[in-house]
Amino acid sequence: MVTNVTSFGRSGLYDWLIQRVTAVVLAAYSIFLIGFLILNPDLNYAQWSEFFNSTCTRIFSLLALLSLGAHAWIGLWTISTDYLKAMGLRFIFQAACGLVMFIYVVWGVQILWGL
Amino acid sequence: MNDKRPVNLDLTQFSFPLPALTSIVHRATGLILFVGTAILLYILELSLSSEEDFNSVKECLDGFFVKFIIWGILSGLLYHLVAGFKHLLMDFGIGETLEGGVLGAKVTIVISAVLILLAGVWLW
Repeated sequence: MVTNVTSFGRSGLYDWLIQRVTAVVLAAYSIFLIGFLILNPDLNYAQWSEFFNSTCTRIFSLLALLSLGAHAWIGLWTISTDYLKAMGLRFIFQAACGLVMFIYVVWGVQILWGL
Repeated sequence: MNDKRPVNLDLTQFSFPLPALTSIVHRATGLILFVGTAILLYILELSLSSEEDFNSVKECLDGFFVKFIIWGILSGLLYHLVAGFKHLLMDFGIGETLEGGVLGAKVTIVISAVLILLAGVWLW
């Protein structure tokens, strides 16, 4: 079995499954958000803030944000292990990706609950 | 280890079949979406901070350049979504043959092109 210390779930099989589960969450969230925008063409601030004030939207948004972190990590890890052969460069790329994902999650929580 | 394995293949010398191209675009759009998330989060933060900021975001989105960037991110998302859906179908064993792979790639391109055009119509 191929194992790599930097992979998300410590094994290819876990990564494969997590990638698919998070993909379904992200697809559902994208359709949810785009659907809301299509159904409300003349959106105003009151509707928009009410939408993001609801617990349902916040939970779904946070779930999507965490899914994005895992999904993007596995995807970018795959890309970096395929195309970046130099160990140092690969490590820096992966570390930068991890940092950006962490920032996205914290920033997203602040947006959702900092109203 | 078998020393005769081909190594250091020069990717610029290949003629890529269609499924390889759709796969690479899937990866590229994934990377674009990762970067684009920062733009979307910034817009979300601004639009929720106050009514004034919400209206200025709305005004900003009416400008051609900003709208074009949003369309670009949306196009990446739609393509990634369609290609990802094809991936899930293949995980269930649908379209795993050579012919199925080529057909799947063609269908992916057609459906995402239609969705991207519709997204453009919706935005403008």
